[in-house]
Amino acid sequence: MGASDFANLPHIGESLRRKEDYRFLTGAGQYTDDIVLANMAQCYFVRSPHAHAKIRSIDKTAALAAPGVIGILDGQDVAADKINGLPCGWLITSTNGEPMKEPPHPILAFDKVRYVGDHVAMVVAETYEQARDAAELVVVDYEPLAAVVDVRDAQAPGAPVIHDIATNNQCYKWAIGDKAAVDATFANAAHVTKLDLVNNRLAPNPMEPRAAIGHYNRAGDDYTLYVSNQNPHVERLLLTAFVMGLPEHKVRVIAPDVGGGFGAKIYLYAEDVCLTWASKKLNRPIKWNCDRSEAFLSDAHGRDHVSHAELAMDKDGKFLGLRVHTDANLGAYLSTFSTAVPTILYATLLAGQYKTPQVYVEVDSWFTNTAPVDAYRGAGRPEATYLLERIVSRAAWEMGLSQDEIRRRNFITEFPYQTPVALQYDTGDFHACIEQANQLADVAGLAQRKAQSKAKGLLRGLGYSSYIEACGLAPSNVAGALGARAGLFECGEVRVHPTGSVTVFTGSHSHGQGHETTFAQVVAARLGLSPEQVDIVHGDTGRVPFGMGTYGSRSISVGGSAIMRALDKIEAKAKKIAAHLMEASDADVDFAGGEFKVKGTDKMVTFGQVALTAYVPHNYPLDKLEPGLNETAFYDPTNFTFPNGTYICEVEIDPATGVVRVDRFTAVDDFGTIINPMIVEGQVHGGLVQGIGQALMEHCVYDRETGQLMTGSFMDYAMPRADDFPTFTIGHVCTPCTTNPLGTKGCGEAGAIGSPPAVMNAVLDALAPLGVKDLDMPASPNRVWTAIQQAKA
Amino acid sequence: MYAFAYERPASLADTVAKMSAGGQALAGGQTLIASLKQRLAQPGSLVDLAGVPELSGIKKEGNTLVIGAMTRHEFVADNAEVKASIPGLAALAGSIGDRQVRAMGTMGGSVANNDPAACYPSAVLALGATVQTNQRTIAADDFFLGMYTSALEEGELITAIHFPVPTKSAYAKFRQPASRFALVGVFVAQTEQGVRVAITGAGNGVFRHAGLEAALSKSFTPEAVEGVTIDASELNGDLHASAAYRAQLIKVQTQRAVQQANA
Repeated sequence: MGASDFANLPHIGESLRRKEDYRFLTGAGQYTDDIVLANMAQCYFVRSPHAHAKIRSIDKTAALAAPGVIGILDGQDVAADKINGLPCGWLITSTNGEPMKEPPHPILAFDKVRYVGDHVAMVVAETYEQARDAAELVVVDYEPLAAVVDVRDAQAPGAPVIHDIATNNQCYKWAIGDKAAVDATFANAAHVTKLDLVNNRLAPNPMEPRAAIGHYNRAGDDYTLYVSNQNPHVERLLLTAFVMGLPEHKVRVIAPDVGGGFGAKIYLYAEDVCLTWASKKLNRPIKWNCDRSEAFLSDAHGRDHVSHAELAMDKDGKFLGLRVHTDANLGAYLSTFSTAVPTILYATLLAGQYKTPQVYVEVDSWFTNTAPVDAYRGAGRPEATYLLERIVSRAAWEMGLSQDEIRRRNFITEFPYQTPVALQYDTGDFHACIEQANQLADVAGLAQRKAQSKAKGLLRGLGYSSYIEACGLAPSNVAGALGARAGLFECGEVRVHPTGSVTVFTGSHSHGQGHETTFAQVVAARLGLSPEQVDIVHGDTGRVPFGMGTYGSRSISVGGSAIMRALDKIEAKAKKIAAHLMEASDADVDFAGGEFKVKGTDKMVTFGQVALTAYVPHNYPLDKLEPGLNETAFYDPTNFTFPNGTYICEVEIDPATGVVRVDRFTAVDDFGTIINPMIVEGQVHGGLVQGIGQALMEHCVYDRETGQLMTGSFMDYAMPRADDFPTFTIGHVCTPCTTNPLGTKGCGEAGAIGSPPAVMNAVLDALAPLGVKDLDMPASPNRVWTAIQQAKA
Repeated sequence: MYAFAYERPASLADTVAKMSAGGQALAGGQTLIASLKQRLAQPGSLVDLAGVPELSGIKKEGNTLVIGAMTRHEFVADNAEVKASIPGLAALAGSIGDRQVRAMGTMGGSVANNDPAACYPSAVLALGATVQTNQRTIAADDFFLGMYTSALEEGELITAIHFPVPTKSAYAKFRQPASRFALVGVFVAQTEQGVRVAITGAGNGVFRHAGLEAALSKSFTPEAVEGVTIDASELNGDLHASAAYRAQLIKVQTQRAVQQANA
């Protein structure tokens, strides 16, 4: 079935209420902490108070004697049991041909701690409070070392060395594009715009902090790990094959209801391994709940880039070449996909929506004494969009063009389009997006609103951002050639029951995205059922075939396509059964709306009759066809998908206090086919809040001298709240994706990718009359007011 | 949190006895419970004041509002007498924290804790209130002694606060973006003792500003604040605001408070 036929099916494009909401809204969800096993123990992790220190010794004597303590494990125990360190899932090769530096990432620190919160020992006790009490009695003798937390400090001569195998703290030095060709465009440029910027570090803060239960079962000599995670099969593969050396079939990973992931729950964390390992060693199921303070310290953080960019243009503002240097902070250790974020997921997006003929990007990545940095909603693409859309608006101002006009002059208009940085865009209509955004945002009325603001002593500004991102990770062979150490397909199993209802098993994982509804709509549409007749099962390696999980806005495009392939098989087999029942040839049977009909006749059987026949095969072609109606498919995409759009932000600023108020925000996205508009709108809203939050509020700060986390709680880390935002205006353009059977592109990250530069361009537009030319995120009141004072000086 | 004993006496006398025996008073718990959860405090026993009826309530005595120490923020915010007599105080109470905090937090707890970014101390100081304890009365000017420090002695408990009704008053808070505590909060009051201006969030504890009071005594208008110099050298600088920015906010928030008071 083609994408256009699919889009016209019933239930596609309907804002059905979410099937999962009843259990979530009534407190009936089953999160990891809701799971209580018989004889379950609790645990607490002793974490490093130092950013960088040698461990001289660990004395567990007093702690072991404390009430309720079952066991205390540390790095010596890990070494004795030969548990490996955590692996990195993506190999990046430096421009000189050397592989990236991969220092050991022990699950409990062995001889050194490398960031505040680094895991040092695991205390298991009968109750959580007992574990925590005992943890205070574990005596760790540290020899503090000088720490480095900023990428600019990490590369300075004489900087503290974090890992012996990376004596200059560099992990890799990577580049993409044709440097000589790019340099040549600068030699011929009429104008060059330059920009230095910082992409601020963020803490992910899912509503449900990480949690896990390790459970070794002696009867079967097998393990179950319950974990708040986005991709249970990948978790199991890394845990068994890379870290513990266990047979994969002896470990079941269950990711039940998960309260938000945002990337931070993609990874295999040390705590997950510790719990699995200790559950056998101590012969008890062990639960761990991360508290919010621990989450700030130990969840993988996002962003943290320092970049310099230069854009060469001709006299008309046409882009000739883009040159970028980025220093990326990877933190103290390599988290699962950390190395791909500032390279493959970042630099390849720097062509943006523009016909820039030449792009060259250098990325140097560095170890620092901070929590590991990895993918966070958008993962590399927000960093690329922020840099590109900031420099494009700056170029517009320098060239005397409007932000709208410079974009239109450079938009790609013909597809497919091969960018100079590896990607091939299949489709899009960038002019349609910006035109719709201009109308919805009432750009024409800006001058009047600006005058009204001025009368109140306030400043008003408008900011554009025209983003494009690559989703639908990914063609496995392409990802493999780029260094991925895993495939990136997805699986789907469609199990038709004898009475015609359906259970679908998907390797995608829902942790807030509403898959149980959207995927049910897909299946119901294809089979002529109601969505209530279709249930979606996910998040359990014991029930679902091997899948790759949810991140990179891939679920509908890759996971949904796998289900479509399985439905193709179901439909083909069902047609044969129907043909037999109607004594017709397979080729003469049509299927639509849940009915099989013989062309040109009034003969008809329903999907339900066929399902029953498949399982009660009394009148059945058993010589040619197996009974049953249960099909599995694995889908490997042929290309990425390319959601894109134009966002327009309008802000009002009080120059007396520096307060930025987002007055209007308009988002026009091209997500291709939309299955459930309400869920898509919800995803956009959430993404916008995270993106605007990054632009105006959120900032994860370490003290540059001591390496202590300064923003370790919501008292200092500014999480956005509902009343920080206006009502968003949402619009859609639809050019269906040409490389998957649904025509979908993915919508989970767009809001977080497209919005930060729209906000910052609006802020800079508003502040321009005061002479402010540059500002880094977050544009907090203090920073905005300070920038105004500096411009005055 | 660490284990502790929990006691809920029904009379003030019993409360004081239990505190003398080493108990830690628990008012609304909006600071203390969070500290316990983070294991930053380890009291042997908590003496919950919620069972002592005479500590709660609002009454007017002559030209003075008497507010019991255990009166929750939401009651102060919604009380008709407070709204009519000292609207600035009602508005302040309604702007503290969120709905959950206001339902639990108490005036006495906030004032006794004297968090340098708390709201209530600025009202107590600007309105020239009197703090009544189980032992004595203390003038606001003598009560606040800097960050988390007050004139309260060991075993001494705030029972009520007496607020003389001012001619005009208003509170203007600029919220710290993360915590929404006062980054700078300014309470202005025109009282029988003259204009009083108390500032919270900006320094090591709530303080009055002589320059602002002098200027506003001459002319109680936003314009009068323009020429006043705010010395940034005595103000806090941190992640959320430099000292210079706090100085600016003191000026702006004073102007806005005066504007509200005059409205």
